[in-house]
Amino acid sequence: MSLAGCSRMTSATIRHDEAPHPKLRVDGLKRYFDVSPPWLNRVTEGRPRQTLKAVDDISFAIEPGKTLSLVGESGCGKSTVARCIVGLYRPSGGSIAFEGVDFASLRSRAAQAPLRRRMQMIFQDPYASLNPRWRVFDIIAEPVRAFRLLRGKSEIVRRVDELLRLVGLAPRDGEKYPHEFSGGQRQRVSIARALASNPEFLVCDEPTSALDVSVQAQILNLMKALQRELGLTYLFISHDLSVVYHMSDSVGVMYLGRLAELRDAPALFAQPLHPYTRLLLETIPDLDVIGRRREPLAGEVPNPIDPPSGCSFHPRCPFANERCRSQRPELAPVPGGAVACHAVAEGRLAPDD
Amino acid sequence: MSAPTQSEAEIESRLTAIGRVADGIRRFFDGDIWYSFKSSRIAVVAGIVTLVIFLAALFAPIVAPSNPYDLATLNLLDAFTAPAWIEGGSSAFLLGTDDQGRDMLSAIIFGTRVSLIVGFASIIFAMLLGITLGLISGYVGGITDAVIMRIADVQLSFPAILIALLVDGVVRGLLPPNRHADIAVWVLIFSIGISNWVQFARTVRGSCMVERNKEYVQAARIIGIHPILIMLRHVLPNVMGPVSVIATIGLAVAVLTEATLSFLGVGMPPTQPSLGTLVNTGQNFLASGEWWIAVFPGFMLATLVLAVNLLGDWLRDALNPKLR
Repeated sequence: MSLAGCSRMTSATIRHDEAPHPKLRVDGLKRYFDVSPPWLNRVTEGRPRQTLKAVDDISFAIEPGKTLSLVGESGCGKSTVARCIVGLYRPSGGSIAFEGVDFASLRSRAAQAPLRRRMQMIFQDPYASLNPRWRVFDIIAEPVRAFRLLRGKSEIVRRVDELLRLVGLAPRDGEKYPHEFSGGQRQRVSIARALASNPEFLVCDEPTSALDVSVQAQILNLMKALQRELGLTYLFISHDLSVVYHMSDSVGVMYLGRLAELRDAPALFAQPLHPYTRLLLETIPDLDVIGRRREPLAGEVPNPIDPPSGCSFHPRCPFANERCRSQRPELAPVPGGAVACHAVAEGRLAPDD
Repeated sequence: MSAPTQSEAEIESRLTAIGRVADGIRRFFDGDIWYSFKSSRIAVVAGIVTLVIFLAALFAPIVAPSNPYDLATLNLLDAFTAPAWIEGGSSAFLLGTDDQGRDMLSAIIFGTRVSLIVGFASIIFAMLLGITLGLISGYVGGITDAVIMRIADVQLSFPAILIALLVDGVVRGLLPPNRHADIAVWVLIFSIGISNWVQFARTVRGSCMVERNKEYVQAARIIGIHPILIMLRHVLPNVMGPVSVIATIGLAVAVLTEATLSFLGVGMPPTQPSLGTLVNTGQNFLASGEWWIAVFPGFMLATLVLAVNLLGDWLRDALNPKLR
């Protein structure tokens, strides 16, 4: 295990030295869904075509060995970003580049395979992410076989045993079926499968949100340990800010398919700038200040099919003015990152508010 | 020191195919399905009846007292012998004889064999067609799905008998009459199969649409597994539960459809009688007092269909997670 980890780390470092590309760069990513009513209804009832802009112009980069988290409420498009990156969705626009190689330039499945091998995903629901009819051994061995990494059964058996130990399970567990495991153990299996192809980059789509709080910490610590040992780069999707605080080097706050704030984690948690980020941080329960009066989060997430004009957060924002209602703010540099907010840019909003 | 050698031995045992099969069998008898079977009295009785009928049909040449196809053994003087326990009956013919002097018991055993062959073959044909189209429909979606499902809807609006009659009629028109008897069995299998694929296709499509959105399928897509392999290795094993229920009940329906067609005279020819053909032959003599020629094959048919249906019902309950 440690040997494999070492060789992977050195190769990653060399590649990094040669080409100063970030591990992953997402540039102007868009993903629109056609949510029009059926053709017959459009014709007979005269209803128009409708487009849902799940992800609308998102850009970020992740440096090797770092963790970027995307946070936001349900339906803000963070999972859609993850799915675009691993190739489950075809982006409607923008580019996704892995170490400087644009995925759009690689047309065929075969051409993408070498890059896909180095990029894997951990899923949210450990009860749906493992095929119930397959033994854990076969589940973990599938990427090894698919990418033809090892030849010969005994080599694959050895590799799977190694992976099972790596995630804190026993080689014997390979014989079992997924239903014989608890949620946390299943998530370990899921991580082992994700690591099976020696990836350098993992997309983690809310890997702990379906788990008990006590188990969450175990899985998060395992993921951090693996990151240290194997030099992994993470894109971490979550709505749980305390988890994000624990895991991230930088954080992107998403609202209705756009980035509201993209900053280094310490800066963001010390001094959130965007009103939406402040609101999110406000909602974290805190044992030190029991009984504090909290500002309830006013309003609901607007319908993403028909987003508000201007800044999409303006209906819920206490600082919104006429400009916010008409003109959409772009990300502008601030200390430790960038924020898309007119109020911050104009200085209407004191940073220590 | 002992730990590594043990794990080597484990690795070896894991690699042998026989070890896997043995393990699978052990798991089956440890599993929920077998437990549910043992605790359902109806299922056990239906299972035993079905098993006895299947075995009798399978080993018909050994089990049956005589070979009803062997014309040399028939004696017209034996014709219309009553069952053994009725006056005029003979112990040589337990269930009596028909108008040709054929032993009814042997004719029924061989007829069951024909009925089951047609039933199994047509349901397997329907399954292959239905599962394939259902998987494609559910996995690919879009226009492909729409086209396949509209065909299924149209197909469903015709009763199975009508389709079978139509196919049979077309084939009869195309082939000279003397060739028809040879391929009658294939016509039956094709027409019963074609009228039953829709249920398989619909069920598989529905389950497939559920499964394809689950994350384990997405995990397979991420590593670039070919869609056909995903359908076969990931989706198919997870939709087989409902399919097995439909197949079991479908077998009973297929046997019944075959009997209906044969009774109507468009199924198996009298030279290779199925249960339906036997009932058809027998009903000519029903009014003249030789009731056994029609009643015993009919009774056999009813028993077979009932037993298989009860098994299917039990299987549906056993596989239904809501009823567990």
